[in-house]
Amino acid sequence: MHKLLTDQPGKKMMLLGNEAIARGAIEAGVAVATTYPGTPSSEISLNLFQMSQESDLFFEYSTNEKVSMEVAAAAANAGVRAMCMMKHVGLNVAADVLMTLAYVGVKAGMVVVTADDPFMFSSQNEQDNRFYGKLSGLPVLEPSSVDEARRMTAYAFELSEQLGEPVILRTTTRINHSSGIVELDKIMPPKTKGDFTKDPMNQVPVPAVARKLHVKLLENWHKARDIAETSDFNIIDGKGPGGIICNGVSYTYVTDAVGELDLGDRVRVLRLGLSHPMPEKMIKDFLAASDKVLIVEEGEPVMEEAVKAFAQEAGLTLPIRGKAEDLFSRLYEFNPGMVRQCVARFFDVPYTPPEVPDLSDIPPLPNRPPNLCAGCSHRATYLEIKKAVAELGLDTIYPTDIGCYTLGMLPPLSMADFLLCMGSSAGTPGGFAVATDKKVISFIGDSTFFHSGIPGLVNAVFNNHNHTLVILDNGITAMTGHQPNPGVDMSVFNLQGYGRISIEKVVEALGVQKIVKIKPFKLAKSIEAIKEALSYEGVSVIISEEPCALFAQAYKLKKKRAFYISDACKNHRDCINQLACPAFYIENERVHIDEVACVGCAVCAQICPENAIRPVKKAG
Amino acid sequence: MTDTTRLIIVAVGGQGNLLASGVLAEAALLADIPVRMSEIHGMAQRGGVVESAMVFGDAQSPIIADGEADVLVGFEPCETLRALNKCNTETVVITNLAPLPPFTVAIGQGVYPDIDQIQELIRKKTGRLIALDASALAKKSGNVRALNMVLLGALIQSGVLPLTAEQVKEAMRTRTKKAFLESNLKAFDLGFEAAAAI
Repeated sequence: MHKLLTDQPGKKMMLLGNEAIARGAIEAGVAVATTYPGTPSSEISLNLFQMSQESDLFFEYSTNEKVSMEVAAAAANAGVRAMCMMKHVGLNVAADVLMTLAYVGVKAGMVVVTADDPFMFSSQNEQDNRFYGKLSGLPVLEPSSVDEARRMTAYAFELSEQLGEPVILRTTTRINHSSGIVELDKIMPPKTKGDFTKDPMNQVPVPAVARKLHVKLLENWHKARDIAETSDFNIIDGKGPGGIICNGVSYTYVTDAVGELDLGDRVRVLRLGLSHPMPEKMIKDFLAASDKVLIVEEGEPVMEEAVKAFAQEAGLTLPIRGKAEDLFSRLYEFNPGMVRQCVARFFDVPYTPPEVPDLSDIPPLPNRPPNLCAGCSHRATYLEIKKAVAELGLDTIYPTDIGCYTLGMLPPLSMADFLLCMGSSAGTPGGFAVATDKKVISFIGDSTFFHSGIPGLVNAVFNNHNHTLVILDNGITAMTGHQPNPGVDMSVFNLQGYGRISIEKVVEALGVQKIVKIKPFKLAKSIEAIKEALSYEGVSVIISEEPCALFAQAYKLKKKRAFYISDACKNHRDCINQLACPAFYIENERVHIDEVACVGCAVCAQICPENAIRPVKKAG
Repeated sequence: MTDTTRLIIVAVGGQGNLLASGVLAEAALLADIPVRMSEIHGMAQRGGVVESAMVFGDAQSPIIADGEADVLVGFEPCETLRALNKCNTETVVITNLAPLPPFTVAIGQGVYPDIDQIQELIRKKTGRLIALDASALAKKSGNVRALNMVLLGALIQSGVLPLTAEQVKEAMRTRTKKAFLESNLKAFDLGFEAAAAI
């Protein structure tokens, strides 16, 4: 049995924040869960996916976040509890749904999980999704610890039903990817079937209906604010004239700082867990009882601006500070040390940080950037495109997309010139093709193609852009941990009852006139096919098919066959210099292959001028 | 900060850092010691650095600021050196001495520092250095992948954490695969003994 289905209330478990959120949903009897995977949210859905295979939970990996939210919204409107989860930028994709779903509302609890990523550990921006609460008018819950993430997730369903609208659970990486001790609560059996009562005058937001629904949304906003005034998730600790207002993981840093600086008798801490709508009266009372207030929030000054506005309304002139050059930055994530230092500075208490060693004499250390894996098919495709481009003498621009293949930006491959968001490799080439005379070759993965690449390709065909789209089909959503996508053969997971969509047929049906398919581990043949596609005026598509090396190993899709470098090697080092495969290493000035790492793609063997790279013969 | 012990573990993806921190967390749970842990993974399988922060005791924060680790465990010597910003002059540092040069060295984009120089720098700047060839000891245990358990043995021997060897071994019994339990326990003991001899 999946550990998160353990039905032992009171049992303590060490859980990852994302596991705790999944558990919270299970405790609340979630019946439908949908997602498009994205770090740092991915383990929530992974656990729900696993649990759906041994429980009544319906789970789906949706094509993208927008669709995922639509599926969940309809289920919640048919009276079953639903959750959809995504990374912060995923909510941009689903924002169109969210904004009007706020008007239409839900009949059963619906929770939207958005996992923000301050410091961008694995994201392209660090947008602060608390703004989506303000933008949509929906309530926002923000946990400060792993166990609270579980409790808040379960509560979010209740709150959603109380208000008849979805609730946003906003986390940050340090909640998603922290672990802590969680005390399990009882599991509510899910109600898996509801019914849909037709009510178009409330559920079809044509203008006349929408005008009425907006009134309802604002009424709900007031109700939610009243709930926030007395919510158990909005708490005040300590006593004294000083004040700190904080949220999320910052609350833990603040709590530690107040303890370590011995400020418990001088400073009160207001932690907002139900942070939107803000509890206006609670905050005004807090301000009135404080002589100065520090706002501790990662990201944008969302609370700070609101608190300052409350102070103005209440006629209070106490100092309220947060984002400032001498205090907190809008950039990156906080840590306990910097919060302690800012708290000490603001409340004017002495503080000496630990004595840190002088590191100025440490020699420059070699970097260890992430790299495409040994035997990664993307490396082979990139090499072939480079060779084809060189043979044709093309001047190129390489827009890329979101996935493992973005790592192709690193030298020696250097195959990424422009990136905006999921699917942008299909749309941006049009602009480059129109505005320059260069050959535009862009890269997209299979999952990303289904997610949001198709409309860009439709656009390219319709507007006849001169562009080659390379679809790197490795048969799985690799970057986020091998989740399925609509092109995946689900029998690999021993799962039946799924459809499967052929990328080639989709591309054909869109009217692309030049389509070539390559097997990227066949070098010479692939280069010839690529040249043909690149020489075509107009939209051409190259589909490069080869399973993700890690996935193929994990699911035993391919036999591993390591290679070695024989004595015929003359140390040209084309292999290592052109491919930069991490299976190579240098010892005694010679290139070697790590037989454990090598999966046997044999691409290096095909570029070695001496044919010195050969398969390892099995012993005996 | 007296009731709190802060541990940083740095490793290269695939070295078993997350299993090691999982075992420690389980041991803390068994010993009824509050523990919080934070990990940066995601690119771990792509050859990058994996860092775990573990906070034992009263503190609420799941991460550790620069200069505030009480103990640093490095699974790879160059990565141990790179993580010195997490240390202060009192920090106990435990490092594996077997290098795993990053790929950038192979393509001429960097120079791997001398192992003796790494040790000397760490020794000079921190409270105490416990350096051992954990990879060799792992091999001796019968499982080359058990270097994480060797380093756990050394860590527990150092006495910095509020956990006993028996508590950690108990956690290993629940957290690690049965087939590897014996070699893991042996690896733990070898690390423990090696650290005791330093």
